[in-house]
Amino acid sequence: MSLFRGRRILAGAMTLVAAAAMTACGSKTTDEASATGVTADVSGDTVKVGLLNSLSGTMAISEVTVRDAIMLAVEEINSAGGVLGKKIQPVGEDGASDWPTFAEKAEKLISEDRVAAVFGCWTSASRKAVKPVFEKNKALLFYPVQYEGLEQSPYIFYTGATTNQQIVPGLDYLKAQGAKSVYLVGSDYVFPRTANKIIKAYAAANGMAVLGEDYAPLGSTEFGTIVNKVKSSGADAVFNTLNGDSNVAFFKEYKSAGLTAASMPVVSVSIAEEEVKSIGTQYLEGQLTAWNYYQTTPGAANSKFVAAYKAKYGADKPTSDPMEAAYVGVHLWKAMVEKAGAFDVEKVRSASNGITFDAPEGLVTVDGTTQHIAKTARIGKIGADGLITEVWNSGKPVAPDPYLKTYPWASGLS
Amino acid sequence: MTVLFGQLFTGISIGAVLLLIALGLALTFGQMNVINMAHGEFIMAGAYTTYVLQQSITGAGLSLVVALPVAFVVAGTMGVLLEVLLIRRLYARPLDTLLVTWGVSLMLQQLARDVFGSPNVQTRAPELLTGNVALPGGLTIANNRLFILTLALAAVAALTLALRLTPLGRRIRAVVQNRDLAAVSGIATSRVDRTTFFLGSGLAGLAGVALTLLGPIGPTMGTNLIIDAFLVVVVGGIGQLKGSVIVAFALGVLQATGEYLTTLSVAKVIVFVAIVAFLQWRPQGLFTLRTRSLA
Repeated sequence: MSLFRGRRILAGAMTLVAAAAMTACGSKTTDEASATGVTADVSGDTVKVGLLNSLSGTMAISEVTVRDAIMLAVEEINSAGGVLGKKIQPVGEDGASDWPTFAEKAEKLISEDRVAAVFGCWTSASRKAVKPVFEKNKALLFYPVQYEGLEQSPYIFYTGATTNQQIVPGLDYLKAQGAKSVYLVGSDYVFPRTANKIIKAYAAANGMAVLGEDYAPLGSTEFGTIVNKVKSSGADAVFNTLNGDSNVAFFKEYKSAGLTAASMPVVSVSIAEEEVKSIGTQYLEGQLTAWNYYQTTPGAANSKFVAAYKAKYGADKPTSDPMEAAYVGVHLWKAMVEKAGAFDVEKVRSASNGITFDAPEGLVTVDGTTQHIAKTARIGKIGADGLITEVWNSGKPVAPDPYLKTYPWASGLS
Repeated sequence: MTVLFGQLFTGISIGAVLLLIALGLALTFGQMNVINMAHGEFIMAGAYTTYVLQQSITGAGLSLVVALPVAFVVAGTMGVLLEVLLIRRLYARPLDTLLVTWGVSLMLQQLARDVFGSPNVQTRAPELLTGNVALPGGLTIANNRLFILTLALAAVAALTLALRLTPLGRRIRAVVQNRDLAAVSGIATSRVDRTTFFLGSGLAGLAGVALTLLGPIGPTMGTNLIIDAFLVVVVGGIGQLKGSVIVAFALGVLQATGEYLTTLSVAKVIVFVAIVAFLQWRPQGLFTLRTRSLA
């Protein structure tokens, strides 16, 4: 009896597998049809854009805020008359913190909704997953988060920092502060490992000793050993590329071990205002971060952005660097389309060079060759109120250099 | 020397965490032979209890003190509900119990997601527990680790005394050693089962409170702990508390040493290989309970 039931289950499972295979074939034909690129549907009096963020799963905490910032920009543009006389109609999709889902939803936005551009993604893993989809369909993605560099897709505009606009200035700052040695702590995946490769090359060229390098699996919460090693190394500073909740456990352990921002400062590249709020200022006060924008960044454009964001989403909601970069991305796309006079992807791309926008972080300029933007680097210190105040900035926007070609020490990297 | 001492203490404190999360399981799995996959979610319930209490009680120290008994009762009650509604009906079917409790574990995770949201939450630790005790020679011992170690040892002591000295403990031991004989001697075995399950699940709640001092609280925290908890009980030997205690600290020190000499991931592999090798040599675990029952 049980054997018989087992066979029936097996048969059912095989039917499912067969059905899945057929669906896969079905989608393949659409792929072939779109091999020459899908043209956006701009026939009506609106233009569709895609919003692709994780609204569920482990990344939702960060990506929801990015979605909110994109929506704010869309509303601003619409109330000012839209783009080329057409109102923007946002089409939202949930990437669900799952990289294959990102690719699937990207394909849907491009092929079915025929959007003019897509705004979103956060982790490098999700960007790597959708990259081939955008390249195959010749569609545009605006990616809003700092990342590990060494990438330059013709169909992606990178509005967050590449390494020479965030990590390298962070190291320059430590060096200027007299740090002779660093300890590297990161999560075990592509961004921290690539970032640390770059940091080690920098350190070797600048007489800085790397006293240790440790990785914790994503989501790991046991940092006893790592903090013990960090402490006994006696390094002048720690460079932290941990992502997500591991930061909570790391900083709790760090404080318990008696380490402070004064005795051994930590520079973090993945902790913005939103994360500070959830980790708790009791553990982070006085520690350093490297970004291009803080809620406290001075300027009229930022006051306007922060006020508009808080009015729409609540006075207790902080604004952060990735949110600002996402917001800027929408405005830059509008400027590119208007300069090109069309929504056509190739025309928008060739119009992109030199486009500027008076962003909350200051004036940003699009570099048409790398499709990154020139941004001002900023080092900030976390305050008791959970906000980050700038302690140093690069003075002027830093030109993007995703492959670090202008840095001799980086010649061995690829 | 400082590093060596620090690592030894790290190992002991990893062991204390293992002990806390495994202690309840040593009761329900070790003594009653129930494979409860939802044990991790009882730990999560204890952690969220601390979080909820901290929303209403502002003092971090006071809320932690209050959270200990409250979490014990909350998780214990959940355990009793699970026992009465499901597990009791499946005592003779261990595989079905495994599947059913795994389903309950998934449901509880989703419930936590719906109630508290999918992002992890944090609690504020009392200022006293964020510091450390400085010893001569630059050695430091983190207060929160010390607190967890004390809590784990206190829980073991209390449980041991309860099993040895109280009438309830005698009844539990009688049921573990020979259920049928206990039943014919007039012990209401189903009531003993329920009480044992309350104690075991309540201990999971305590572990949850302790874990809020170390890391974030999230819907999936239980899943990450349940394997470790089972390992400790299986290697320690079914039906014995002392086995779990020794194994928890041994695995903790092994893990810390492995982490220090290699990396976090490799250390985990080393621990697993050591466990597999050990179970090849002693499949029954470190200690076994000799009983006269035929089963």
